[in-house]
Amino acid sequence: MSDASSERPLIPHRAGGARNLAGLGVIALLAAVLVGGTWHYTRQRIADNAARHLLAEISTVLPASLYDNEPHKDVILLDSGSGQPLPVYRARRNGSPIAAVLTVIAPDGYVGPIWLLVGITADGQVLGVRVTQHTETPGIGAAIATEPSTWLDGFAGRSLDNPPEPGWAVRADGGEFDVIAGATVSSRATVGGVRSAVQYFRTHRNELFAPADDQYAE
Amino acid sequence: MRNEISASRVLTDGLFRNTPGLTALIGMCPLLAVSTTFAAGVSLGLASLAVLCSINVLVSALAPWIAPRFRLPAFLLLIAALVTAVDLLFAAGWFELYGRVGLFVPLIVTNCLILARADSFAAHHGLWRALLDGLGTGLGFTVLLGGLGALRALLAPGLQVASLPAGAFFLLAALIALRQLWIRQRGAA
Repeated sequence: MSDASSERPLIPHRAGGARNLAGLGVIALLAAVLVGGTWHYTRQRIADNAARHLLAEISTVLPASLYDNEPHKDVILLDSGSGQPLPVYRARRNGSPIAAVLTVIAPDGYVGPIWLLVGITADGQVLGVRVTQHTETPGIGAAIATEPSTWLDGFAGRSLDNPPEPGWAVRADGGEFDVIAGATVSSRATVGGVRSAVQYFRTHRNELFAPADDQYAE
Repeated sequence: MRNEISASRVLTDGLFRNTPGLTALIGMCPLLAVSTTFAAGVSLGLASLAVLCSINVLVSALAPWIAPRFRLPAFLLLIAALVTAVDLLFAAGWFELYGRVGLFVPLIVTNCLILARADSFAAHHGLWRALLDGLGTGLGFTVLLGGLGALRALLAPGLQVASLPAGAFFLLAALIALRQLWIRQRGAA
């Protein structure tokens, strides 16, 4: 990269200083206009895309036929304790609670945290579970997120009565849930995440369906 | 404009003879991190291509007004603005794909391939050749990213390591070796 400067004087004479700065200023202005213009032009499209994407993701654990509101807009944020807000999307029909989709972080994956979406009906039954983000080992722990997943579908219909609480663990730990072969740790973390969602739902059900607001619920 | 090289030579240099990913081994970060599937590799390659072409044209046009000692901050400022614009356009147009490779789009700023082409080529050449250089280099990079992605996706079901970063290193090394072998055989003939 030095061949460019060798052709011109390395240190420009004093009189050029102000002009050089002005040139840099013009470029900064150009950059600002470019970014600002693109942002202005794409802002609405990106927001629409994000909303559509979110709704599609929610619908994987919450059948659209159950509700008549817009769950991706009927949101409260739970404080995970680590500063990471966890959104809860609420589904209603004629204004009464039908189901909620909880965002859960299972902290104890083999590699790192596993993000789950857990759909739960108003009476505490699991509708569906999806893994939305994880860093588990490809081909091993990552099998928990393979779609379609009969293993994840196995959570549907479960609740804290089915099985009763001691059963909410993988078989290796004396519970009722299978593990994916070779992915015991990731499976255990996922089962634990779903269990904590169901437990949280039972103890905080009324708060979870409180009217939408933008503030954090406890 | 010193010793002007032919336009077709500019294009093929970047595309093949001097493909940065295989010869200078620059731009490794996205190359290895993103090339897990064909679609991911190609989309990041095309995003880089768009930035390369536009930065080359801009730098070629603006170079006479940029003092040498200010050229690196000036180029970086332009690259950062262009990458931000491409990032936004990507998110607006191809949101699903953006969800998978979006993390790496802003990182194009740090891909020294871009700054290298702007500073070592575009700043000393006319608009047309600068654009061709961006096209050639960008396409070469895209083909490499897409090819590596396809290869890794193809091998991954049977050969687990192909989907890991280590596998990407091995495959890239194999590609470089094949290219060297081919060049030597051609040279001997």
